[in-house]
Amino acid sequence: MEIIETLINGLSSGGTYAMIALGYTMVYGIAKMLNFAHGDIIMVGGYMLYVTMITAGNPMLGLIAAVIFCVLLGITVEKIAYKPLRGASPLAVLITAIGVSYLLQSTAQMIFGTAPKMVIIADMGNFEVGALKIPYYTIVTLVCSFVIMIALTMFVKTTKIGRAMVAVSEDRGAAQLMGINVNGIIMITFAIGSALAAFAGFFMLMKAPSLSNTLGAMPGIKAFTAAVIGGIGSIPGAMCGGILLGVVEAISFKIPVIAPYTDAIEFMILILILLVRPTGIMGKVRREKV
Amino acid sequence: MALLEVKDLQVYYGVIQALKGISFEVNEGEIVTLIGANGAGKTTTMQSIIGLIPSSHGTVMFDGQDITKVPCHKIVHAGLTQVPEGRRIFQELTVYENLLMGGFSQKDQTLLKKDIENIYERFPRLAERKNQIAGTLSGGEQQMLAIGRAMMSRPKLLLLDEPSMGLSPLLVDQVFEIIKQLRDDGTTILLVEQNAGKSLAISDRAYVLELGEIVLSGTGAELAASDEVKKAYLGG
Repeated sequence: MEIIETLINGLSSGGTYAMIALGYTMVYGIAKMLNFAHGDIIMVGGYMLYVTMITAGNPMLGLIAAVIFCVLLGITVEKIAYKPLRGASPLAVLITAIGVSYLLQSTAQMIFGTAPKMVIIADMGNFEVGALKIPYYTIVTLVCSFVIMIALTMFVKTTKIGRAMVAVSEDRGAAQLMGINVNGIIMITFAIGSALAAFAGFFMLMKAPSLSNTLGAMPGIKAFTAAVIGGIGSIPGAMCGGILLGVVEAISFKIPVIAPYTDAIEFMILILILLVRPTGIMGKVRREKV
Repeated sequence: MALLEVKDLQVYYGVIQALKGISFEVNEGEIVTLIGANGAGKTTTMQSIIGLIPSSHGTVMFDGQDITKVPCHKIVHAGLTQVPEGRRIFQELTVYENLLMGGFSQKDQTLLKKDIENIYERFPRLAERKNQIAGTLSGGEQQMLAIGRAMMSRPKLLLLDEPSMGLSPLLVDQVFEIIKQLRDDGTTILLVEQNAGKSLAISDRAYVLELGEIVLSGTGAELAASDEVKKAYLGG
């Protein structure tokens, strides 16, 4: 029974990591940049949720407000900070992203202070069948994140915008020659990534209700790791990487001897996978055909 | 008035001047070729016209509009498109999806379907392989896909950058045959080629580009007969 519980826990937190990893991987694939401020979008979404809940008292309303605010923030950050650097050296973009990350964290600290806020979304109790006992929030997270991932995959595979995203990530110049507005596609990518981050923040606070301005820092790094494990730029890769990391984390937590080293184990997996497959599990090795 | 009018176009890569002020025009219904050696500025000219590389000086007029500073995707909507050097088809998409991307600006679904059928009719090989991932096509098939994909935007003027590159002699002949057909069906063509002999043979007019400058111009036949062209580009 404990094995099943651990596995479901792992899949659930893996789903959350996957949500965040998708933001990293899509932005990398399409805008060709590492958006290190992505994790902090989660935190901003968390505060938006907090503010809506103390004013309106409704977590669903809070989630909607967080998604809308994060989407607008993601688009704004892209427009102000990253778009002027299109074509600049990757290092300049990276430093800018790190700067945006600190800007968001510091702004949150100035507004809300350093003391963590409690964001208690709902006590939904446990789902119990025989000896099996799983908190409902775990199930909600698991189901929601998988539904979102399936929806995103369908969106990319079947819609015109989705195909344009694939085209831009493969060859920006050729995509422009098709009449695709690359800046528009990049904006949509940031919007989707930020919306997913808002969902991830909601799931995280459902599990652990303590909110501070560094909420997104560690999950951000873990999810980035997941994206690289899966193959950065690959959407199914980010999903696999996120779920793998979540399951490994859950199993590691259950074994007392190695539990304190969980983070180290997760990053070790990254190193091992990159040694065997430098492009990540689903990363593609580009072949040129003449 | 010419369909495409390039005036004193200058392009810099850093401090290096790749185009030193070139002027030429393409009239409706023509095949016009730019020939020149590697590094003469042929691809730069093409990329600059379509808006992928910014120019520092000069104007590009297309169909009576100034498109010098217009972003690439809007130029494509206006009826000018390019088959880029090296084909650059979307390797991960299927043949059919590549054609769909080509018709990105087509809002009318029935016209879009009809255009795809037309491409399949023109290139039966693409119809046979419509659900195949484009990266697995042969070089010749990829070139046909690249041309078909560009035709999906219903261009008035099609820029072709080295369409015969890397193809077997038999396929090269086929590609030039296709270019002639496209023109006969009403698409104006601006062609860039290293294969000077074959391209001059199908061209109405041509320009010779050397180190970022146009040094010669004339009808295809005139240039093919010129001693300078023969010596430098036709191996005689």
